[in-house]
Amino acid sequence: MSNTTGQDTGQKPAYELLGLTAGEYRGICERMGREPNYVELAVFSLMWSEHCGYKHSRPLLGRLPTEGERILQGPGENAGIVDIGGGLAVAMKIESHNHPSAIEPFQGAATGIGGIVRDIFAMGARPVANLDPLHFGSLDKPRQRFLLDGVVEGIAAYGNCMGIPTVAGEIHFEDAYEDNCLINVMCVGLVRQEDIIRARATGPGNLVVLIGSSTGRDGIGGASILASAEFDETAEEKRPTVQVGNPFMEKKLLEACLEMRDKGLLVALQDLGAGGLSSSSSEMASKGGTGIDIDIARVPLREPDMEPFEIMISESQERMLAVVEPSREAEVMAVCEKWDLDATVVGKVTDTGRLRVFDGDEPIADMPVKALVDEAPTYVVEPRRPEHERDQPLPEDHYPQPEDLGRVLLDLLASPNVCSKRWVYEQYDHMVQTDNALWPGGDAAVLRIKGRRDGIALTSDGNGRRTFLDPRRGGRAVVAEAARNLSCVGAEPLAITNCLNFGNPEKGPIYYQFQQAVEGMAEACEALGTPVTGGNVSFYNESFGQAVYPNPVVGMLGLVEDTGRLGTHRFQNAGDLILLAGDARPAADGSEYQLTVHGEVAGRIPDVDLEGERRLQALVRRAVREGLAASAHDISDGGLACCIAESAIEGGLGAAVDLEALAGGARDGLRPDLLLFGEVSGLVVLSAAPAAARRLQEEAGDVPLAVIGEVGGDRLTFTGAGGPAIDVPLAAAADAWQNALERRMAP
Amino acid sequence: MAASPHTAAPPARFGVVIFPGSNCDADTHDAIETFAGAEGRYLWHKETRLDDLDCVILPGGFSYGDYLRSGAIARFSPLMEAVRRFAAEGGLVMGICNGFQVLLEAGLLPGAMQQNEKLKFICRLVSLKVENDQTPFTRRYRQGQVIQAPIAHHEGNYFIDEEGLAELEANGQVVLRYCDPEGEVTQEANPNGSLANIAGICNREGNVFGMMPHPERVCDALVGGTDGRGVFDSIIDSVRERSGR
Repeated sequence: MSNTTGQDTGQKPAYELLGLTAGEYRGICERMGREPNYVELAVFSLMWSEHCGYKHSRPLLGRLPTEGERILQGPGENAGIVDIGGGLAVAMKIESHNHPSAIEPFQGAATGIGGIVRDIFAMGARPVANLDPLHFGSLDKPRQRFLLDGVVEGIAAYGNCMGIPTVAGEIHFEDAYEDNCLINVMCVGLVRQEDIIRARATGPGNLVVLIGSSTGRDGIGGASILASAEFDETAEEKRPTVQVGNPFMEKKLLEACLEMRDKGLLVALQDLGAGGLSSSSSEMASKGGTGIDIDIARVPLREPDMEPFEIMISESQERMLAVVEPSREAEVMAVCEKWDLDATVVGKVTDTGRLRVFDGDEPIADMPVKALVDEAPTYVVEPRRPEHERDQPLPEDHYPQPEDLGRVLLDLLASPNVCSKRWVYEQYDHMVQTDNALWPGGDAAVLRIKGRRDGIALTSDGNGRRTFLDPRRGGRAVVAEAARNLSCVGAEPLAITNCLNFGNPEKGPIYYQFQQAVEGMAEACEALGTPVTGGNVSFYNESFGQAVYPNPVVGMLGLVEDTGRLGTHRFQNAGDLILLAGDARPAADGSEYQLTVHGEVAGRIPDVDLEGERRLQALVRRAVREGLAASAHDISDGGLACCIAESAIEGGLGAAVDLEALAGGARDGLRPDLLLFGEVSGLVVLSAAPAAARRLQEEAGDVPLAVIGEVGGDRLTFTGAGGPAIDVPLAAAADAWQNALERRMAP
Repeated sequence: MAASPHTAAPPARFGVVIFPGSNCDADTHDAIETFAGAEGRYLWHKETRLDDLDCVILPGGFSYGDYLRSGAIARFSPLMEAVRRFAAEGGLVMGICNGFQVLLEAGLLPGAMQQNEKLKFICRLVSLKVENDQTPFTRRYRQGQVIQAPIAHHEGNYFIDEEGLAELEANGQVVLRYCDPEGEVTQEANPNGSLANIAGICNREGNVFGMMPHPERVCDALVGGTDGRGVFDSIIDSVRERSGR
């Protein structure tokens, strides 16, 4: 083992080229008791990267609640696991593939799906749904259309081939993401509780088996070089760090792993993701309290003459690492052969507490597992409030009220952030597995569980713009919104997984945003009873020093008691009354209206009343479950007017709304444009037959529930004291909303 | 599932093929199991014995990854040789989506699939007009009936030469066409560019049938509808009639 990694040979030292600091290098030397050789340094550089080591986030993530009676597995495994009763559990996880997708959208997104799906079946769960929250720059720019097109095709190509329905997600377009799109991918699986597999390499003497694709030079340094640094003019040179996906291989890998699970052949299972063999083996040893010996000479290679360090850190896709008892080796090989998969014993579990790497008989690396996995340094940065943040919201008369509010409605409905995302979700197979109890496009997806009356509800939400204006309130709002979406379909929110997309945490303002957003999320998770089951932190989402909006994306799981009684946002019957539930005052600050019509993002978003939110959501769930509400829809992008328009368009029924009935309580004296298009947490629009509406009002308790209009006709009218503020044909609204994205994407 | 007691007829026996990369095998199998008169078993792509079966279904998915051309590799699997013999002896064979593509590649049905006109994968509920209600797969429907079933494919743009099309039409081999909700066969209702709006065809003998839409996805009102049940009911009826059960 040569020791040249710390020497100055006239060039930058090796550790610096691998993204480590001099201090970190000294820390490694201390823990090793000597200087590391190059292989060891490469392994450390990955395990101590921000991506794998959570160096800036770990001290703050402790703030998030992670325990609850339904939580069977919190953060720290391949995925979180939530008990849904009857011996079944849900595995869930969200991750980012931002930088790979910005460089190579198709493969970046595709391999993002591949990675998150492996995380789910590594737990022994069968993946049943994917969700994809995506953020791009403005579609006015050709490059952004190229990215959207490529990312959606990549997700479709991988997810469709795997036979996993893509059931929900969200798509947002804004300049802040122009050079750094956010491509988050979430997968959800079902598992019988006794079948749960963990990544604990236990039992010294057990075999370590590498299953799936051979190992190549693709994705060398993905975690350290690509995921843990900002973008600059060298971004294009980083293309080789993006991996190439093979969904067919992964489909076979999935089926083989689940067959081995059913046969009880697996002691532990772990996917090879960021950091490849290095991180998978050391993490498994760490969780098992053991050590692992790996012989790289046994690793099947895609190309000759790969360096030992390349074999150890390659991020070639579609590989799994299994720990197997020696007596079951033949059975494991038989299952893999059935599925035409390579499976090779590449090492064994030891009791040394060390990750030792051999090339045949020759030792080439020897590192303490604990140092690799648990001892990456953590950094606390002095938080600094960003200069754009304000203590006060904008005065409500800050903007002049537009004269033609009907025009504003049509413009907002056609905004890519509000319009129908059908162009996207029709490219995803959203029905395979035949559990889709709701069609896409609603507030949340619902999947039945075959053989049971209940089902699971899923949503993903992020709102970077609002978090940008106030990260703590934004963090509270995004959790509240996800829960509200679930409540609108009738589901009880259970737990979340989160993907925290931020800029460079070494900068005070970014660190501040992260800290505040985590605090806000923690408060909302506590108030709404939805612990965090794990997730992913994605820092360095910056290009040329400009960060994306701070964007904590939440994936939330809920449970519906009866899949035969679900809420949709579709108006059902002419003559039904329209009701507004909740007591909050919408504002222009951070709204789609502010951006689209007034061309800026400014002010301070209203706070979330978490206690009011909890009561509101309980009422909405009851209304849906008892069949009193014919429709339920959360007010979000585009405000109340867009919310009602969407329900009308989907139901093919017009609506007449009385603005004066809207203006009571917290909304007293609010200008029509803000009533119609302002945004705030804590409002839901319901529709109900007149008798049911009366019963709802009796049962609403201290949740304000105002009748504000009636379903019917073929127009959308919003009438104030001075006459109609908006009066547009439903057909015009439908055309604007349904076809906007397709028109933007037309060649 | 056991035969329904009042008929006491033995159930129709379905085989559902699993190629590596099939992904609608379980959906199809699960759908079959909801019919009182049917039972299903899986057929691994290396199996060659089908003599216990009444109907073989090639399900949807991406057989062998479909990196070359949909169905182009699957046709060479050991099982397909057995399916060819099974069909030649008059056994019922149905291909759904990727299964349809495999039947085309294998020459068990005429024509070929191209990529969808707009070069995008499309997953959507579509309307279908039943053009032939005399096949063993569609006898429970009425001619001209409009049913709804989802499509989910990237290569469903059916093509055949002029002569072949004339033959299909003359022999009543065009079984399903894309149409609008009122049953009009229009260009706007054609989701993928298929020639003559063709969504499903059978062979001349009528015992081999392929359709791009997924009937197994519309066998339960909870998940999108029940219009697909007629396909399975038709097969069950046909099997009973053939065997005098």
